[in-house]
Amino acid sequence: MIKRFLNLEWKAFFRSASFQVNLFLKILMGLGALYFIFVFVGLGVGLFFGLQKMELEPLVTVNKFLIYYFVADLIARYFFQKMPVINIKPMLLMPFKKSKIVNFALGKTALSFFNIIHAFFFIPFSIVLLAQGYSLVGIIGWHLGIMALIYINNFINVFLNDETVFVVLFGAAFIILGGLQYYGYFDITAYTGPFFQGLYETPWLAIIPMVVLVGVAYYAFTYFIKRLYLDAGLSKKTQTATTENMEWLDRFGKGSTFLKNDLKLILRNKRSKTTIFMSVLFLFYGLLFFGNAIEVYSGPFWRMFAAVFVTGGFLFSFGQFVPSWDSAYYPLMMTQNIRYKEYLRSKWLLVVIGTAISTILCIPYLYFGWEVLAAILVGAIFNMGVNAHLVLLGGAYIKTPIDLTSGKKAFGDKSAFNIKTLLISLPKMLGPMALYAIGHFTLGPVSGFALVAIAGLAGFAFRNKVFDMIIKIYKKEKYKTLQAYKQKN
Amino acid sequence: MIEIHNLSKNYNGVSVLNLERISIPKGQSFGLVGNNGAGKTTLFSSLLDLIQPTTGYVKNGGYEVNKGEEWKTHTASFIDESFLIGYLTPEEYFYFIGDLRGENKADVDALLAGFEDFFNDEIIGKRKYLRDLSKGNQKKVGIVATLIGNPDVIILDEPFANLDPTTQIRLKGIIKKLATDKNITVLVSSHDLQHVTEVCERIVVLEKGEQVKDIMTSPETLKELESYFSGEEVI
Repeated sequence: MIKRFLNLEWKAFFRSASFQVNLFLKILMGLGALYFIFVFVGLGVGLFFGLQKMELEPLVTVNKFLIYYFVADLIARYFFQKMPVINIKPMLLMPFKKSKIVNFALGKTALSFFNIIHAFFFIPFSIVLLAQGYSLVGIIGWHLGIMALIYINNFINVFLNDETVFVVLFGAAFIILGGLQYYGYFDITAYTGPFFQGLYETPWLAIIPMVVLVGVAYYAFTYFIKRLYLDAGLSKKTQTATTENMEWLDRFGKGSTFLKNDLKLILRNKRSKTTIFMSVLFLFYGLLFFGNAIEVYSGPFWRMFAAVFVTGGFLFSFGQFVPSWDSAYYPLMMTQNIRYKEYLRSKWLLVVIGTAISTILCIPYLYFGWEVLAAILVGAIFNMGVNAHLVLLGGAYIKTPIDLTSGKKAFGDKSAFNIKTLLISLPKMLGPMALYAIGHFTLGPVSGFALVAIAGLAGFAFRNKVFDMIIKIYKKEKYKTLQAYKQKN
Repeated sequence: MIEIHNLSKNYNGVSVLNLERISIPKGQSFGLVGNNGAGKTTLFSSLLDLIQPTTGYVKNGGYEVNKGEEWKTHTASFIDESFLIGYLTPEEYFYFIGDLRGENKADVDALLAGFEDFFNDEIIGKRKYLRDLSKGNQKKVGIVATLIGNPDVIILDEPFANLDPTTQIRLKGIIKKLATDKNITVLVSSHDLQHVTEVCERIVVLEKGEQVKDIMTSPETLKELESYFSGEEVI
C-alpha cells in the first residue's frame, strides 16, 4: 500500500506542470540546497572553535541560544515548509484504513528538508565535541533530546498551518524576548539554557522531550483522523468578506480601478500577504551591512547595494510577478477593454508607493550616519526611477501562474527564474553599485550619490518608452501566457 | 455582427476546429451544440481571441479580433471561472466590470436590481468572496456581469450547467429577452438540447470541429436534434 502512495507521489512530482522547468533552474536550486548544507556543516565544525576563541564554553553557549534557534526554526517552517496534502479526497472512498492515509501524510513531513538540514549542523558539532573530549553518553543524550525537539517543531508546524495568529505571536515573542535580553531586563536563556545543558549532563533527561514527541505525534494522528471528512479538515476555510470602497484612491485618475483591485489583491490573499512580510524582512537586511556586522560587506559600494535592497523589498517581491498576480483571471482581463497602459501604470504606482513606504521606514538607519541615510534615499530614487521599470519588464517574461490562496512557495516559485529575467535583474543591483563606485573613487562619496540619483531621475523620463516595450511583450506573448496560466500545480 | 472565415485550429497536427464560413447577424440568438470535444469552447475561445487560430480569422462588428481591441468594447463573455476574480465580493466584482465598461455604481446598481429574483438572495450582501461561493452562484455572477455596460455581443459557454431548475428557467427568459428586446447577439453553447431549442433562433451542430448542421429553429428542431444525437438519423 505504501508503495502505491509513493508511486502516486512520484507521478505527481514528475508530471506536474511546473516540473518542466529549465535545467538551469534545477541546478540553481540544487546549488541553493548545497549552500545551506555547506553553511550548516561549516557552522557545526567552526562554531566550537570560534566560541572557544572568544573564551566561551562552546556547549553552554550553544545551549543558551538554542531556544531562539527553535523559535526561528518554527517561524521558517511556517513560511516555507509545505504541508503534506497528498490528494486525500479521492483516497477516502478506497478500501483501506484511514489510519494509513494519515500515517503516510505525517510520515512524509518527517522526511522534510527542514528536519534533515539540522543534522548537518548538529552532527558535525557533536563530532567536534567528542573529539574535544566531551562525554559520549552525554552527547548522545543531548543529541536525542535535540532531535526530539526538532520533530516536535515539525508537528507543531503541522497544527499551525494556516494559523497566522500563532506565528505572529511566536514572532513577537521572539523579538520581545530577544530585545529584553539584549537590554538586560529579562533573560529567558537563564531558564532554558540549563535545560538544554541538562540534556548533556544528565543524559536520561532526553526521555522528556522524546515522551513529549510521542505525545504530540499521537495527538497529530488522532487530530487528523478525526478530521478526515470533507466538512472538517478537508474543507476550505471561508472568510467573512470585508468590503472596502477605497474611494480616496479615485484621485489617481483612470488607473484607480486597478489600483483598488491590486490593494484588495494584496490584502485578501495569503500568497500576496507574504510579499508584505518579505518586504519587512528586507528592511532589516540593512543591519548586516550598515552595522558592519560582516566584514566583507564594509566596502563603500556595498552600502549602495544594501540601500537598493532595503528600500526595494516590496518592489522585488511584488513587481517581478506582474502580471502573474492576475493569472487566475487573465482570460477576463484579456477580453475586457483594458488599456494596458493604465494597467501597467497602476502596478507601477503600487510599486513606487511600496518603495516610498519602505524608504520612510528606513529612516532610523540614520543612526549609522548621514552617509547611510543618503545612500538609502538615493537608492530609493534609483528603485523608483529605474528598477520599478526593470522589474515590470522582467515580469512580462514570467509565466508562472500564482495560486493566490496558498502562502507557500513565496521563494520557490520555480519557473519564476529564467535567463531573460536574470539578465534583467542584474542591472537592478549592480548598476547603482557600479555608478556609486565610479563617483566614489573619483570625486568622493557625494558625487557617487549624485550619479546614482541622476540615473534614477533619468529613468523616470523613459517610463513611457519602457511601458510601450512591456505592452509589446504582453501582446506578443498573449496566447502563450494564457496557455501557461491555465496550468495549475 | 460576427463573421467566421475559414477558421481552423490544429493541435499537433490534429484538427480540432475547421469551419468554412459562419455569419451571425446582429440580434440573433445563436446556439452551439455538440458532444464533448466537438470544438465548442475552442470556437468561443477563438471568437474572444484567447487562442490563436491556425488559419482564418474572426470578425466581430467589422473588426478582426486578433488585430485590435475595438471589439472588446461591445463584447461581453463568460466562459469559465477564470472570468471571475476570486478575492472580490460579488458587488465589488460587478463594480469593477462596470468601471472597465464605463458604467458608474448607480448604473450597475440599477441593472442588478433587476436580477434580485435571479440571485435568489444568495449573492448580494452576503459578505462572501467569489471564491467561496458555490459553483452555481459563481456562474450566476459571471452571467449577470456580462450584461453590464450594454454590450452588443454576449458569449456564454455552457450557461445552464450547474444551475438549479428555477434558475435555468429564469436564465432562459433572460436570454430570450436579450435577443428580442435589446437586439443583442447572444451566443450560447449547451449540452441540453431542449434549452437551446427553446432559447435560440438558430442552432449550429459541431462534430469533431466540423459544422454538421445549421438550423433555423422550428417546432421540429428538437426532434431533429434528438434523432441526430441518438444516431438514428436517416440521411
